[in-house]
Amino acid sequence: MSTPFYVSPQQAMADRAEYARKGIARGRSLVVMQYADGIVFVGENPSRALHKFSEIYDRIGFAAAGKYNEYENLRIGGVRYADLRGYTYDRDDVTARGLANVYAQTLGTIFSSAGEKPYEVELVVAEVGSSPEGDQIYRLPHDGSIVDEHGSVAVGGNAEQISSFLDQRHRDGMSLAEALKLAVQALSRDTNGGEREIPAERLEVAVLDRTRPQQRKFKRIVGRQLSRLLGAADAASAPTEAPSDEEAPDDEK
Amino acid sequence: MEANPRSTGRLPAAFLTPGSSSFMDFLGGHSPDLLPGKRVLPPVQGVIEAPHGTTIVAVSFPGGVVLAGDRRATMGNMIAQRDIEKVFPADEYSAVGIAGTAGLAVEMVKLFQLELEHFEKVEGAQLSLEGKANRLSTMIRGNLGMAMQGLAVVPIFAGWDVDREKGRIFSYDVTGGRSEEQGYAATGSGSIFARGSMKKLYREDLTEEQSLTLVIQALYDAADEDSATGGPDVGRRIYPIVTVITDEGFRKLTEAESSEIAHAVLERRREQPDGPRASLL
Repeated sequence: MSTPFYVSPQQAMADRAEYARKGIARGRSLVVMQYADGIVFVGENPSRALHKFSEIYDRIGFAAAGKYNEYENLRIGGVRYADLRGYTYDRDDVTARGLANVYAQTLGTIFSSAGEKPYEVELVVAEVGSSPEGDQIYRLPHDGSIVDEHGSVAVGGNAEQISSFLDQRHRDGMSLAEALKLAVQALSRDTNGGEREIPAERLEVAVLDRTRPQQRKFKRIVGRQLSRLLGAADAASAPTEAPSDEEAPDDEK
Repeated sequence: MEANPRSTGRLPAAFLTPGSSSFMDFLGGHSPDLLPGKRVLPPVQGVIEAPHGTTIVAVSFPGGVVLAGDRRATMGNMIAQRDIEKVFPADEYSAVGIAGTAGLAVEMVKLFQLELEHFEKVEGAQLSLEGKANRLSTMIRGNLGMAMQGLAVVPIFAGWDVDREKGRIFSYDVTGGRSEEQGYAATGSGSIFARGSMKKLYREDLTEEQSLTLVIQALYDAADEDSATGGPDVGRRIYPIVTVITDEGFRKLTEAESSEIAHAVLERRREQPDGPRASLL
């Protein structure tokens, strides 16, 4: 019987963290940002069907970077958690804070249990409030920590660079078109400082819009509405319009 | 306990197990005690007294479908509630109206709404209208044990079929038997009278406005003959709940809109208590 090599706990954790971080870095980054009427999710995603952003509950949205099967699993777990909680108590008792805690516990347990491979994912859980002050954005890295974010947040491989770009330019009360433009600008920057073009059909955009009359505030922005918003942002000085429900068919219709 | 939804610990394994997109299936596996159909009933003598909802009517017209209900709930010969709501949106493109034991029916609607929403969120796509109608069938079947003890729930399901581009109406019996209705349908104790009324007034080319008036006429006739169905309560300003579903989705008429139609109908009934006349041949 051979004696196993001794690995210090610090080293073991550092190795696991590096493994997870490398996995996340392979995916494309995404941006979650507050704007005047809510929270916008922007990411580069060549797939029309496999989403990076989705609805968890009435006012709560979910965004993820990293390994698809792992974050999809967490997303569905979150939907089940939220629906069960809302069914047991009341719709108002489902909160982003509660969901973020559950995700943090789940990711943390997986990360620190030696028998399991750490998840290569980084999540964002966002809840839109009735006013911008009530908005909540939580970032959940692979190790189960929670970061309470304000204004804007980026996750994924290039997140640090994008975050610092956004921090300098993001301001409160931006219109949706302005926020979208800033997000696309941030995502278009290469690691070496160059810029590339992301065509509209490669963009995945969704919002939690507090002005929506429906109880469910999550909405994907696709097709004509997306090009109109991008167009409005290009004509920099032109007044921007609010999104209207009848112009853009929701993709699930 | 793992099943405790209040726990803020790690998500239980059941939550992260790939499986069905159905919330009811998930609930059945994870906490079956929360499913209405899984309840163990104590033996009871006779019929359990509980508030009953009564009349629901639906009419389809070329651009959509109208679903409406009166506001009365009765318990035996007593009026249990004067302003109960019995018509609910099921999702963006469908609605459900319920007659029968009010408590169970409202619970069933809540679970049905959640079932549709859960599927939509997990799959990223809506169920077909047919699929939604079948899901409701399963739920009614799950309630059969209670229905046998007199706690029946008999809904009408109506919605806009986005694939076929038309409004469709489904009615049910207590065993979950489902049938698609052409043109109009009614359920509940006043349904016999409402159906007779609609039979004489219905035409295939009704406009949306005419359909709205038609359902109020039918509910008026039901209330006229059936003591368990409430008519428009002018004194308390309680008017029928009227909903319309078109290709633009679900819409509930505001109180002002439904009271206007109700008042127009009442006005005419003052001159002609039995309502509009159909020609003899």
